[in-house]
Amino acid sequence: MTAMCDVAFLLLTFFMLATKFKPEEPVVVTTPSSISEIPLPDNDIMLLTVDKKGRIFFSIDNKIKRKELIESVNDDRKLGLTQQDINTFAIGSSIGIPFSQLKSFLSMPPDEQAEVNVTAPGVPVDTSVLSPDNELAQWIKSARYTNPKLRICIKADGDAAYPHVKKIISTLEGYKIFKFNLITNMKAAPPGTAAYEERNRMANAE
Amino acid sequence: MAEMDTSSSGGHKKGPGVKKGKKLSTRVDLTPMVDLGFLLITFFMFTTTLAKPKTMEINMPYKDKNLQEEEKNKLKASVAMTVLLSKNHRVYYYEGLADNPEQNPDLKVTGFKPKDGIRDAIIRKKKAVDAMKRAGTLTAKDEMTVLIKPDTTSTYSDLVNMLDEMSINDVKVYAIIDISDVEQGYIKETEAASGL
Repeated sequence: MTAMCDVAFLLLTFFMLATKFKPEEPVVVTTPSSISEIPLPDNDIMLLTVDKKGRIFFSIDNKIKRKELIESVNDDRKLGLTQQDINTFAIGSSIGIPFSQLKSFLSMPPDEQAEVNVTAPGVPVDTSVLSPDNELAQWIKSARYTNPKLRICIKADGDAAYPHVKKIISTLEGYKIFKFNLITNMKAAPPGTAAYEERNRMANAE
Repeated sequence: MAEMDTSSSGGHKKGPGVKKGKKLSTRVDLTPMVDLGFLLITFFMFTTTLAKPKTMEINMPYKDKNLQEEEKNKLKASVAMTVLLSKNHRVYYYEGLADNPEQNPDLKVTGFKPKDGIRDAIIRKKKAVDAMKRAGTLTAKDEMTVLIKPDTTSTYSDLVNMLDEMSINDVKVYAIIDISDVEQGYIKETEAASGL
């Protein structure tokens, strides 16, 4: 009988160690569904989160790359960040505020940062990469410089108005980036369509 | 542990005036409950995945301001279908490219319904293009092309659903293009005409 208890605790421990913590999302986004089955890669991702109102949050993975990125942005934009601010950025997650507010944001403790993110204006973006208001362009350029292998993934809410996403796409096109990913939920291929036939044909052929 | 002893505790003295005949001894075996528990655990372990969000790969057409008009691929109007995405998940579509300024395109209104929606329209167009290929009007290299033009009132989910329809219906050539003012005008006219 005690053996059963042991087994139960072993299972619990397995699941505790095998699953990863969900990355802290600045905002909750309901992505639209698609039949695409390509899984999201685990690393070298630049994540652009867009919520319903069109606010953009920027993030990349890998602490070392994040540190290089913020140091490069600090030099380019003369933000005057201290070593502690740089370390806070390196272990943090998404940024959704303009450069002018970045220093004060990084000096806040994490729970205050989460509060700010609720009402933050998002990273400013514009349709042209040459526009000085387009801070997202700066982030993208510096991030690609620190990590050329970065894959750009857009995780936008289904109800986000198209013009917001269009600005991001135009910014990417300005940097000659024509390949990127859109993060979606999985849904099954509807029966009777070409995709359904294709997938079942491959399944039957196995 | 896998059983419960609900028999009255046999330790205490007989209470005053209590005459009990038989001592009922019920022992409940709880092994099936534990079995069920493990079955459920195993079921969930096998059926749920540590769900990773999936992605759609997008390739935008190459845009270069210096590209000459002649170098761009000439798109045949007979294989083209233009889809306009508007507000309230409404989809307008017409065949061809509407490059004839004299003639307004035959704009049809539909939505993302599974029946008689944009999917059926795309399937019809695909069949028509295949028929033209068989008849010899089109070469084997001509593929059905869909031009997706979202307007400013459409949402991101409309765009994703439209791109999804491309992969659902196996349309290999498509492009996301800015909507022109002329087409915005068509949408407004259609809205005014049908009182939407």
